[in-house]
Amino acid sequence: MNQNQSYKWTFLALSLGLIALFILNISLGSVQISFSTIIDSFLVKSSDFSNQEYIIQNYRLPKAITAILVGSGLGISGLLMQTLFKNPLAGPFVLGITSGASLGVALVILGSSVFGGFLATFLISKWSLVIAASLGSFLVLLLVLIVSSKVRDTMAILIIGLMFGSITAAIVSVLSYFSSAEQLQQYIFWGFGSLGDLDWQELIIFIIIYSFGLFFSILSIKGLNSLLLGDNYAKSLGLDLKKSRFIIIIATSLLAGTITAFAGPIAFIGLAIPHLTRQLFKTSNHKILLPAVFLIGAIIMLICDSIAQLPNSDYSLPINAITSLIGAPVVIWLLVQQRKMIF
Amino acid sequence: MNEKTQNIILKTKNLDIGYISKKKETRIAKDININLNKGELIALVGGNGIGKSTLLRTLTKVQPALNGDIFINEKQLNNYNNLELAKVMSLVLTEPISSKNLSVFELVALGRQPYTNWIGNLASTDLKAVKKAIQLTNIEDLQHKKCFELSDGQLQKVMITRALAQDTPMIILDEPTTHLDMYHKAYLLKLLKQLTIDTGKTILFSSHEIDLAIQLCDSMIVMTKDQVVSDQPCNLISNGIFESLFPKDLIVFDDKTGSFRVKK
Repeated sequence: MNQNQSYKWTFLALSLGLIALFILNISLGSVQISFSTIIDSFLVKSSDFSNQEYIIQNYRLPKAITAILVGSGLGISGLLMQTLFKNPLAGPFVLGITSGASLGVALVILGSSVFGGFLATFLISKWSLVIAASLGSFLVLLLVLIVSSKVRDTMAILIIGLMFGSITAAIVSVLSYFSSAEQLQQYIFWGFGSLGDLDWQELIIFIIIYSFGLFFSILSIKGLNSLLLGDNYAKSLGLDLKKSRFIIIIATSLLAGTITAFAGPIAFIGLAIPHLTRQLFKTSNHKILLPAVFLIGAIIMLICDSIAQLPNSDYSLPINAITSLIGAPVVIWLLVQQRKMIF
Repeated sequence: MNEKTQNIILKTKNLDIGYISKKKETRIAKDININLNKGELIALVGGNGIGKSTLLRTLTKVQPALNGDIFINEKQLNNYNNLELAKVMSLVLTEPISSKNLSVFELVALGRQPYTNWIGNLASTDLKAVKKAIQLTNIEDLQHKKCFELSDGQLQKVMITRALAQDTPMIILDEPTTHLDMYHKAYLLKLLKQLTIDTGKTILFSSHEIDLAIQLCDSMIVMTKDQVVSDQPCNLISNGIFESLFPKDLIVFDDKTGSFRVKK
């Protein structure tokens, strides 16, 4: 009981930190915007739209919201994967789920020349990318799960995930050999990851799909907790194993799939955030971990995005590079510190 | 007669156990007729590979029976769904738990899952049951430790506590004494015996500790190549069942001490 009390303060501190970083993130960018203008643009409904307010409402605000959705969503899907596969190294990137989404997108962008003409214009729209990425990640996840029910060894599952990544990379290089420079550039830019490409209409669709993923994640909290003991124990506690596995997979592919579709393949967040969270909250209870991962994922992503802005300059770096630069050392640090990854 | 059936919690009728794989049936043991009485400590013994684990897995519905029936409280095992079964029997398995990052309290509290709401909140009755289980096995000083900090013996006690918290009339343990030293083996079986007295639960465990089981158990199930016999230990000894347990070239059973000796 005492522990829950102390978590309350941590949650409060994290929430305040998230709000502060959210405002900081909006105030950073290639155009200097004063703090009072930012507050005004939220609170005061002015009839004359200044340029600065336009930038905030149509560019920076959607980007900051996207950062929160991406960070929290990838963190949560990583958490679900680690518990479902009983492996501390599991995450959307390692298991090949992101590769699946990439393959879907590659087929759409690079393969459109193969389908040609009329189909190409339809295929290249943003929505087809979203659908292709979600389908790709869902199929890979399903494949990994089928394999994991046959192969008991979790190490083998991770290797299969890596192999799937290689196959994807190979198919992408074959496709890129046959596609135009323009298409290739489009795919590579998608691969850099981007939080700032969404307009409000897209963002609303993103939020709706994300909410479904989050809803299913919350539904599986109890099942996830019993899975901590292993499949047979979970079953002996009355869990409907097939049903909860299915819900967890739906939740993950909705989250990881749409995020990859809208923001590109973003590395290491899904793997690193759950581990960081477990360092801060010394518990395995998903009822506490899930909201904690949400907050920490969102915070880390906002920080990554703020760094990618390169404050006081006109450049912005690819977000995927920043998350790897931050995420990989975190994983190494955790391994060195604990000598063993415990989840 | 009626009183006798009321006292039975688990009953098998002409039970055949084994594996089915691609149309091929591997029958490990057949015609098993055993009764487990309420409130008794029962040991399941037999040599390696004789089918103890298969029998336990069949009784706990982890794998299907090849033939015959299993009744729990006079209801067919197949008619229980997972949740109903979780309120009748709790398990302690040989497989390690997936997450050793759980605290002992969290792990024991997971035993309450069949009773908690959709998100797993512990009600006051659940907290009471967890505390009572922790008291029964005397692990108060461990409850805030993490599972990876525990020794094998401590972890086994914690797993038994979790099964107690599940509050089922029956607890089934698969080889709970492996990896333990002689003292802890005796300690653990003594604890199980005490728990049957304190809580009135039926506890069934498989084990290789035949001499300890003879001393402590109310009844024993002995699996040999030809038959599965269930009776009180003293009857099993006088019927010479233990002699047929192992090949006779190396060890012999000594009736007087109730233990095996190496042939000289």
